[in-house]
Amino acid sequence: MSALKIKKGSTSHSAYDLRDHHSEVEASHTLAVIVENEPGVLARVIGLFSGRGYNIDSLTVAEVDHTGHRSRITVVTRGTPAVIDQIEAQLSRMVPVHAVHDLTAEGPSVQRELALFKVVGKGDQRIEALRLCEIFRAKVVDTSLESFIFELTGTPDKIDAFADLMRPLGLKEIARTGVAALSRGF
Amino acid sequence: MTAKVMTGAKMVVQALKDQGVEVVFGYPGGAVLPIYDEIFQQNDIRHILVRHEQGAVHMAEGYARSTGKVGVALVTSGPGATNAVTGLTDALMDSIPIIVLSGQVPTFMIGTDGFQEADTVGITRPCTKMNWLVKETEKLSDTIHQAFHVAKSGRPGPVLVDIPKDVQFATGPYTAPEKARGSHYQPRVKGDTEAITRMVELMETAERPLFYTGGGVINSGKGASQLLREFVEATGFPITSTLMGLGAYPASGKAWLGMLGMHGLYEANLAMHGCDLMINVGARFDDRITGRVADFSPKSKKVHIDIDPSSINKVIRVDVPILGDVGHILEDALKIWKARGRKVNKDGLAKWWKQINEWRAVNCLSYTPSEKTIKPQYALQRLEALTKGMDRYITTEVGQHQMWAAQFLGFEEPNRWMTSGGLGTMGYGIPASIGVQVAHPEALVINVAGEASWLMNMQEMGTAMQFRAPVKQFIMNNERLGMVRQWQELLHGERYSHSWSESLPDFVKLAEAFGCKGLKVSDPGDLDDAIMEMIRYDGPVIFDCLIEKHENCFPMIPSGKPHNEMLLSADADAFKSGAVLV
Repeated sequence: MSALKIKKGSTSHSAYDLRDHHSEVEASHTLAVIVENEPGVLARVIGLFSGRGYNIDSLTVAEVDHTGHRSRITVVTRGTPAVIDQIEAQLSRMVPVHAVHDLTAEGPSVQRELALFKVVGKGDQRIEALRLCEIFRAKVVDTSLESFIFELTGTPDKIDAFADLMRPLGLKEIARTGVAALSRGF
Repeated sequence: MTAKVMTGAKMVVQALKDQGVEVVFGYPGGAVLPIYDEIFQQNDIRHILVRHEQGAVHMAEGYARSTGKVGVALVTSGPGATNAVTGLTDALMDSIPIIVLSGQVPTFMIGTDGFQEADTVGITRPCTKMNWLVKETEKLSDTIHQAFHVAKSGRPGPVLVDIPKDVQFATGPYTAPEKARGSHYQPRVKGDTEAITRMVELMETAERPLFYTGGGVINSGKGASQLLREFVEATGFPITSTLMGLGAYPASGKAWLGMLGMHGLYEANLAMHGCDLMINVGARFDDRITGRVADFSPKSKKVHIDIDPSSINKVIRVDVPILGDVGHILEDALKIWKARGRKVNKDGLAKWWKQINEWRAVNCLSYTPSEKTIKPQYALQRLEALTKGMDRYITTEVGQHQMWAAQFLGFEEPNRWMTSGGLGTMGYGIPASIGVQVAHPEALVINVAGEASWLMNMQEMGTAMQFRAPVKQFIMNNERLGMVRQWQELLHGERYSHSWSESLPDFVKLAEAFGCKGLKVSDPGDLDDAIMEMIRYDGPVIFDCLIEKHENCFPMIPSGKPHNEMLLSADADAFKSGAVLV
C-alpha cells in the first residue's frame, strides 16, 4: 500500500524539492576579490563557483601588493540578486579572502579588458582592417606582409564589436585578458 | 630568546602539545614515519591506533563534539588521506572542529606520481574549511597553530595540514603558539545591537513565537545553552531543535516540543508552520527541516542568528538577520529584553500554548505495541528508561534507528548526542562512540546503530578492544536498509530493490571473535535484562537487538511537502485527519 498518492508516470519520486525556476532577472555583476597570495587560492575560489553551480563569465587574477601578499581576482558573474548575494557571502567567509567588493552594486566603476587580434589578409581587406583599427584606436603590435596583430583595450562590449568587424576581414585568433575593474572616485 | 631548532616531525608533536592536544587518532604509513617516531619517544600525547583512516576522522569528530575541543587525526599520504575524505566532509557539513595531519611524499617527488602520492590538498579543498601544503619546515609549526585557530574560530570546521616527508626530516626554528603570525581570519562574534533590538521588539508583541535552534548553539559552548535555557524559561516561548541541536535545551523542559523536520514531532512541525515569529538560533534551514521552501512557515517573521554570513538568506529569506556568535547574541538579547521590561504578549502566548497542547495530544510518536517482536520504538524507550540519569553519551549511525533515537531518547545537556546530520554518513557511529569514550573514559557511551550502517566500520571494534573503550553497540537489527526500504514502500511502489541485508554475520560470534561481549535479544520480555547486562558489562558489547523488520519511521514529511502535510502513519486516513488540524 502506498500512502502517498503519486500520479502514475510522475517523475517526482525525487528526494528533493524540484524547484520552479523563478522568473527573477539575472544580471551581470563584477566582483573584486582581494585574497592572500598563496598557493591554491585561485583553485579555492574557482572551486567555489563550480562546486555551487555559479557562473564565471570572465576571471582575471594577479598579485597587486607584493609586500602585503595580496592578489586581486576580478570575476564577472551572472545571477539573480539572491545568487549574487550568496556568492558574495560564500567568498567573504573563505579563510584566505580579505575583502569582496561587488563593483556593479557599489556604484560606477571602470572596466577594461585587453585583447589581441591576429588578422590575416591581402589587398583591400588588409587596408579595411587597418582603417577600422584606427577608428577603434587599436594598436598594431605586429605585422607581416599578410597579417597584423592588433592590440585593443576597452570594455568587453567594445572588444566584442571589434571582433565582429574583424571576422569577415580574416580574423584568425583572439586572446583576451578578461576584465580588470576599479570603482570610480575614492 | 631564540626559537628552538628541531625537526619538522618533532615540531608536529610540540605544536600539538602546545595546543593542549591530549589524544591523536591515527594510522601510520611511509610518509608519516618521522612523526610516528616522535610520538614513540614521548608520553604526553596519547595515540589511538585505528583500523581505517575514516574511523580516525570520525573518532576525532566524536571527541570534538563531546568535549568542545578540537579533535586531531593523523594519516599517511595517498590512501591514508583519501580515506579521510568522508570524515572531513562529514565534519564540514556539521561544523565540527577537527584537524587532519597527513603525510605527503617528499617535496621533490610531488607531481611525479610517486608511491602513495595523491594531490591531498586538491582532493580535500572542497571538503575542508581550509587546508595547507607545507613545503618549508620553518613554516610548519606556525601553520599548525593557524590550523587550530581556523578550525575553532567562527563557524567551526575541519582543516587539513599536508606535510611532505622531507619537511618532517628537515630542521627549523619552532614557533610557539603565542609567537604565531596573527591571522586576519577573525570572524565577528558580537551581534549588531540594532538588529538584536529589532528581534526583541518582535518578541514583545508576537502572538505565536517559536525558538528554532540548531547545532550552532552547541558549537557556541555550554554558556550558550545556559543562556538559551534562561531565555526560554523567562519568555515562556516554545522551543524546537534540529537533529544537530538536541540537548541545548533539556528534553525534560516544559517548553520543549521535540525535534522538528522530516521525522520531527507533529507539534514541532506544526508550530513551525503556524508561528508568527520564528527565532532561528544557530540552525541553517536545511532541506530536511524546511520541506517545500515555497510553503515554509508562510505567516512568520523570521529572525536568523548565525555566525556564517553565507547561511543568511541562502535558503529562506529572513526579516532580521543577526550575524555573530550565538552565545554573545543571546547574552545581549537577554539584557536588552530585560532592560525593556521583560515584555511578552501574554494573551497571545496562552492561546498559542493551547493550540500547541492540542497538537501534542495527537501523540504523534505512538506506535502499535507488540508482545511478540521488539518494536524499535519500544527498544529505545527501554534504553532511555534504563539509562536515564546516567552519565550517558549517545552516538548513532544513519537511517531509521537514528531518527527513532532522536525521537525517543531525551537529552538534558549539550555535547551528549553525536550524530551525522548534514552528510548522513553510514558508519559514523562506531568510531564516533570510541572517540567519545576516549574523551570520557568513565561514561556510558552507546552507539545506537542499524546493522547495515554498523557493518560499514565494524573493524573499529578492534580499536575499542585494544584501547579498552567499553563502548556499547546497540544494534537495532531489522535485516533491512530500513530507511531505504521505507522510501521504496512509500514512494517506489514497494519494489524493494537491494534494501535487505543478506548473509549477515552472527553478531554474538563476531563479538567473541573480537574478544568482547555479544548479546542477542528477540523477545520483548528479555529486553530489559539484556540492556542491563550490556550496561553492567565492563568492556565493549555488541548488542544484537532483533527488531520488527517492516516498521516505518513516523511522523514523516515526504520531501518536497510542506510541514502541514506530514504523515503520521502509513494509513492514508490518519494522514488526512492529521492534515486537517492546521
